[in-house]
Amino acid sequence: MTSTKKDPVIVVLQLSGGNDYLNTVIPYDNPLYRDARQAVGIPDNEILKLDKSLGFHPSMGVVQGLFQQGNVAVVHGVGYPDSPRSHFRSMDIWHTCEPDKMGTEGWLGMAARDLDPHKENVVTTVSIGPSMFRAVSLPGVPVAAVDNLESYGLLTGISSELQRSKIIDRFSRMYSPTIGTDFVMDYLGDTGLEAMEGADILKVAPEMYSSSVEYADSTIARRLKNIAQIHLANVGTRIFYCDYGSFDSHANQTGMLSQLWTDVSQAIGDFFDDLREHDAADNVIMVLFSEFGRRVKDNGSGTDHGAAGAAFVIGDPVKGGFYGEYPSLKAEDLQQGDLVPNLDFRGFYSTLLENWLGLDANPIVKGVFEKPLFI
Amino acid sequence: MSTDIALMAHLMRRAGFGANREEIERRAAVGYDATVEELLNPETTSPSDRLEFLRYHPHFWKPITSSGMGGAGWLHDMVSTDRVLQEKMVLFWHQVFATGYSKIDHYHEVIHQIDMFRDIGMGDYKELLNKLAKNPAMIYWLDNCDNHSYAVNENWGRELLELFSMGVGNYTEDDVRECSRAFTGWTLSPMIPRGSGTGRFDWGFDYQEEDHDDGEKTFLGKTGNFNGEDIIEIICEHPATAGFIARHLYNFFVADEPQVPAWSVTPPRDVAAVELLAKTFTDSKYDIKSVLRVLFHSDFFKEARFEKIKSPVEVVVGTMRLVGGYEFPGPGIGNLAKEPGYMGQDLLGPPSVEGWHTGSEWINSGTLMKRINFTADMVGDTNKPGIRSIIDRIRAQGDLNSSQFVESCLDILGPIEIQEETKEQLVGHATESGDLTWKDTVETSDRIAEMLQLIVATREYQYQ
Repeated sequence: MTSTKKDPVIVVLQLSGGNDYLNTVIPYDNPLYRDARQAVGIPDNEILKLDKSLGFHPSMGVVQGLFQQGNVAVVHGVGYPDSPRSHFRSMDIWHTCEPDKMGTEGWLGMAARDLDPHKENVVTTVSIGPSMFRAVSLPGVPVAAVDNLESYGLLTGISSELQRSKIIDRFSRMYSPTIGTDFVMDYLGDTGLEAMEGADILKVAPEMYSSSVEYADSTIARRLKNIAQIHLANVGTRIFYCDYGSFDSHANQTGMLSQLWTDVSQAIGDFFDDLREHDAADNVIMVLFSEFGRRVKDNGSGTDHGAAGAAFVIGDPVKGGFYGEYPSLKAEDLQQGDLVPNLDFRGFYSTLLENWLGLDANPIVKGVFEKPLFI
Repeated sequence: MSTDIALMAHLMRRAGFGANREEIERRAAVGYDATVEELLNPETTSPSDRLEFLRYHPHFWKPITSSGMGGAGWLHDMVSTDRVLQEKMVLFWHQVFATGYSKIDHYHEVIHQIDMFRDIGMGDYKELLNKLAKNPAMIYWLDNCDNHSYAVNENWGRELLELFSMGVGNYTEDDVRECSRAFTGWTLSPMIPRGSGTGRFDWGFDYQEEDHDDGEKTFLGKTGNFNGEDIIEIICEHPATAGFIARHLYNFFVADEPQVPAWSVTPPRDVAAVELLAKTFTDSKYDIKSVLRVLFHSDFFKEARFEKIKSPVEVVVGTMRLVGGYEFPGPGIGNLAKEPGYMGQDLLGPPSVEGWHTGSEWINSGTLMKRINFTADMVGDTNKPGIRSIIDRIRAQGDLNSSQFVESCLDILGPIEIQEETKEQLVGHATESGDLTWKDTVETSDRIAEMLQLIVATREYQYQ
């Protein structure tokens, strides 16, 4: 029993490419599922059944286990109206909460600004992977963008440790404030020192880390391990962001989805095992989402872009179960052959922002939306 | 002579993507004016070989919509072309007429658009606007295919005025509406639903007369049965256009202005300079080349040393050209094409039609680290031909004390101007290893490479 309340931490694992809702959260007792998925339907005896109508994809054993412990919320039918079914546009919409115009401010960037308005901690937000995720971007808000934690830092290409530390020392002197320079030089100075400070803070994480958990050998497992290492180093990071993919299974879906979900499930299992071993899981939730789900009827080998998808929230603080309603598979209820979203993603975000991070969601998601109460 | 070198280096950084010392010296010998003329007349020099590139990288022809794929061909153009000013103008127009693959999902249509900037971007601006209005990528990007006589869509009409020609504050909402009406019927062909099952079809421009609102319109105080071309004519004649485009050219080539949304309330930092460029624009009947000629010959340009923060593309391409070895389209170009994206400028993928925020806004803790690490990794590689060349040049100067060593590096890399405090640190670092001598060539080469890495990590190096 901890007497001090730990700050809530959110880990976002973006499934890039459009994860197939129907083959991930399978409505197996609905004959329309079988009709629509002649080629890529999951055989009934392989489905990991959760209740009398829904089951998980066969590669999601770990997630099933967590679900049975009550630690997984499956949120049905998330999306937004009139999806363009374009990867990048849809992803932009999820990242910026602007479905009608191009947004440039990330929802988690705004959350980070609210969590740490005076920039007291430059590693409040850490993203893993080379990409700059718009979701965490906001001018003025520092983000530590880590490709690989073990080699993260300034001028890590300099192989000699001794030389590098001398150079970093010179760097910090060159970036220190000097009298008589203009605003831009000052800004460069502050930013450089911030980047250095972030790297200094984060580099202790792999050094301090010790665990009995052997993570699987996949990119996503490495990313989640880096996140675990930073979380366990207790440096105050509140927002973690990473992605995996591509889930864009237009062809050869069966093999693709099996491999992807095997990788993701194992990595999630390793991650939570690691955190629990260190008694550090109680203030962490992991969010999985994708920019859209996929078409109801398969195309003979895979599925094409759809609209409504499923989101997952995993963690000890989560009230497990199903939230919302599976959109109807009936032909007359589909739009362009796709499931129609019935839960606005901004409501999903609102629950995360308000009920978990303790922030006011309205200015971030720009409106008031129905909140699924998984937390 | 040394001021000629500094001036030539400045010209090549701004009008091109920088140049190594050999090229700077060659051009300084030919002279500034002759160099400006060469830059302004790209047909006199060699273009990059797009076909050769595609022979070695066929997957970049009509590339799939994945970050970095579409920009690889263009990155290769920027690195290998001799027509550097022409290529800089492609980048300029891409930043002004910002069109992104994120919505268009059709990389090669965006590539066609920027290829059009290469063809006519240094010519008649009115012709450019007309071609832009008929460009399929732009039509789709700004929804002009949804702009009908019976249901006007103002997206293109508004952005044409706000971002592509006149700027906020120079027209009314009624003007936006009338402008949009004039472009009804300017649409795409074929209009095939873009679901992924149907693949991607090449687009063309189609003018649908029956969908065009041919009623009378009043635009910027003039009345008539205007069609799109007429609107563009009126826009070009309006003095606000000259001023807006002039300010964009100043911002891109001379010195960082505040972000564009502030322009309606913040005057240019050099009002006279922008007015001169605007006057040239008007007097030459919208000839971009004429404006550029005046710009590059002006004192305000020549004196604006290091007044711009390099854009990510300039960091990447400039570094690749400096270190050399990338003229041939070898493997790895795809990964290199993603680097500007990691630094905040995803080629062909601006975050919105407003383009990127430039100048100091390129810099945040993540992008600064990426810029420094990328550049340092490149210049630290003594196998790169451009770096070997720099080392040879320094060696030819014989033994050097730490101050001379640092000055030599700063000179060859630029010449770069840095403040005293920065220089002290560089000299301090050099002093720790004593004078630069050549008893051990490998060790000394490594020392030089390390100093180059330290220099590219400075604040000053983020400028050009």
